[in-house]
Amino acid sequence: MSVVTLKINDIDVAAEAGKTVLDAAREAGIRIPTLCHLDGVSDVGACRLCLIEIKGIPKLLPACVTEVAEGMDVTTHTPQLDEYRRMTVEMLFSEGNHVCAVCVANENCELQDVAIEVGMDHSRFTYRFPERGVDISHPQFGIDHNRCILCTRCVRVCDEIEGAHVWDVAGRGAAAKVITGLNQPWGDVDACTACGKCVDACPTGSIFRKGSTASELDRDRGKLEFLVKAREENQWTR
Amino acid sequence: MERAELLEQATVAKQAQKRIRLHCCTSTGCQASQSLDVKKQLDAAIKTHNLGDTVEAVGVGCMGFCGQGPMVEIEDADSPAEKKHYQKVTPEQAESIIGSLNGSGEAEAIQGDPNHPFFSRQLLIVREHSGRIDPERIDEYLAVGGYQALHHAIYEMTPAEVVQEITQSGLRGRGGAGYPTGLKWATVAKMPPGQKYIICNADEGDPGAFMDRSVLESDPHRILEGMAIAGYAVGATQGYIYVRAEYPLAITRLQKAIQQAKRKHCLGAQIFDSPVDFTIEIRVGAGAFVCGEETALISSVEGGRGNPRPRPPYPAVSGLHGCPTLINNVETLGNISPIIRNGAEWFAGIGTERSKGTKIFSLTGKIRNNGLIEVPMGITLRQIVEEMGGGVPGGNSVKAIQTGGPSGGCIPDRELDTPVDYDSLRELGSMMGSGGMVVMDDDTSMVQVAQFYMEFCRGETCGKCIPCRAGTVQMYQLLTKLLDEKATKRDLDKLKELCGMVQATSLCGLGQTAPNPVLSTLHYFEQEYLELLQPDPITLAANSRG
Repeated sequence: MSVVTLKINDIDVAAEAGKTVLDAAREAGIRIPTLCHLDGVSDVGACRLCLIEIKGIPKLLPACVTEVAEGMDVTTHTPQLDEYRRMTVEMLFSEGNHVCAVCVANENCELQDVAIEVGMDHSRFTYRFPERGVDISHPQFGIDHNRCILCTRCVRVCDEIEGAHVWDVAGRGAAAKVITGLNQPWGDVDACTACGKCVDACPTGSIFRKGSTASELDRDRGKLEFLVKAREENQWTR
Repeated sequence: MERAELLEQATVAKQAQKRIRLHCCTSTGCQASQSLDVKKQLDAAIKTHNLGDTVEAVGVGCMGFCGQGPMVEIEDADSPAEKKHYQKVTPEQAESIIGSLNGSGEAEAIQGDPNHPFFSRQLLIVREHSGRIDPERIDEYLAVGGYQALHHAIYEMTPAEVVQEITQSGLRGRGGAGYPTGLKWATVAKMPPGQKYIICNADEGDPGAFMDRSVLESDPHRILEGMAIAGYAVGATQGYIYVRAEYPLAITRLQKAIQQAKRKHCLGAQIFDSPVDFTIEIRVGAGAFVCGEETALISSVEGGRGNPRPRPPYPAVSGLHGCPTLINNVETLGNISPIIRNGAEWFAGIGTERSKGTKIFSLTGKIRNNGLIEVPMGITLRQIVEEMGGGVPGGNSVKAIQTGGPSGGCIPDRELDTPVDYDSLRELGSMMGSGGMVVMDDDTSMVQVAQFYMEFCRGETCGKCIPCRAGTVQMYQLLTKLLDEKATKRDLDKLKELCGMVQATSLCGLGQTAPNPVLSTLHYFEQEYLELLQPDPITLAANSRG
């Protein structure tokens, strides 16, 4: 293993060669916001939140796919970068229907966390109120496309870890959306192993496990009756 | 195969041609104006006049003057300098054109002037055979010296020498960004031996551009030869042509050309009986603008979704299936065989100091003579628009020229004396692009132009990265708000801010350049934006209170 030394925000950092700037920064305790990055799966550099400045390179580079190099001089936070990050999050909020109050992921949502981190309290951009639909055809899970930010974590998790490749992206631009199977209802996709890795990967409340909200609670009143009967009459079958 | 044998084939092919050739354009544009019927009638007339021994009608590729098509050109081998051009030929006029060959009266068709600046100002390198040969017959390409450069490269040059020759020529990528071609070749060549690929990028998608289509339709073997030379130079044995499905004629002609070239041992295993192998396959793209971006194109060739990925690694290091891949545009590859044939010095002597050779433009919009032109670098925009293009019809004057498509910008009329080269155009906030050149006149609203290009980008962004996916939508909405005369100064500021953000943070080159049409129109025609602004209600209220 070889080690390189670099500067991140004027702090000298030693990092294993081949690691990314994001890894090195995290190791050094420097936080860079991310949304599409997920430890354990490949990086795509799509959310543009981890953009950093590197001295001598005119372009902003995503920290998640930029490898560390000897003598690199990295800046992770400048007024300009912070402004771009805030604009990015604002645009995410205006493109979907991210209404936290009625979301299953409220207070447990990475998009919400990032919004707080970059200091976004409102969006200056026009809300688009798209009609994107919800798919609850799967017996265990559901997807609300209105809350999807197209980070493609589900796509990568399903392909790279579960090996099922149920998820993919269809459409272009504003019409781009994640799909299951060949754009079938999720419940009809034979390839889905119902492993739930996509639920674990989703940074927002877009992909969720059914039955976790109060209205979906399925109360088993018969169970009480059964327990009483079982104890009294020693009859343990329902 | 010995060189002599190839030359012999060329001579035989040359001798098989008749003394008088009537070149009839059969490219997509002219086919739409019945040029196939014209060709059929010419053939019939040759038969009825019993001229079959000396005269032939040849279906050729594009002659360039698309606005006046279908065109018929008469070339007499005895006096090759005296060419006759007929424009807007109808099938009914074919009879009289053939009749005039005997000297029995004048043809009834509109005669064009072959010495018009539209032609005389041109310098043909890539398009030298375009409109002169039948693209569907390899013999015609051999007759004009085709595949001799490939033979020369394989038998008389080392791969390193070929790369050296291209480097010294100063050729830069014609896809738009102008990256030095030799450097790209050298990078792929220097990668360790093993599987490497050549890809010809024929995914031309800019509004107003049709150069690549025309080159492929008019002279497909030229591109195959260029790819084979590239394959030899960098050590690749497999090539792909990525061409969009909207170009069916180009695809058909390429398929024919590949088959014929294989049969003649100009492609495939053991080219000219040498140990060099090079196979070319066609990959048809579904027509997505983003697939013109190298990494998205590679992903599409692999059968995946045409999404770009962050670079580095560059395709030259890790491209198709993770192997080193050389991607060149159609026009770039079209320059290869002439450079090998005539030498790097010859090529470097054409053009300007930092932009060598010629560039093909598709000249469209509010202009009298529209069509394809190939001009030496360094020619001024004014010479192109006013002399070659004949200016704006209907008494209006030029207001701006849009170059470089959605990645480019608008150049105002006061900058018309700018020489056309990569760096000058970039300094003006535009770019060479793949070569679309749209002329706009006084009546054009520049805000509308910006909105048009933003609408294009909004529809064509792949949606992978947020700035491009959501930013183009927001910019389009702001431009629409401006045009609806509902926008205030704050909206304009927001638009400017968005331009900067999308430019700086988008993942691929297409997103990074998407704001260019807005930025350049804002730079040169800000007044038009300001005129659309409405008073800010908050300021108004404050003033009325005060």
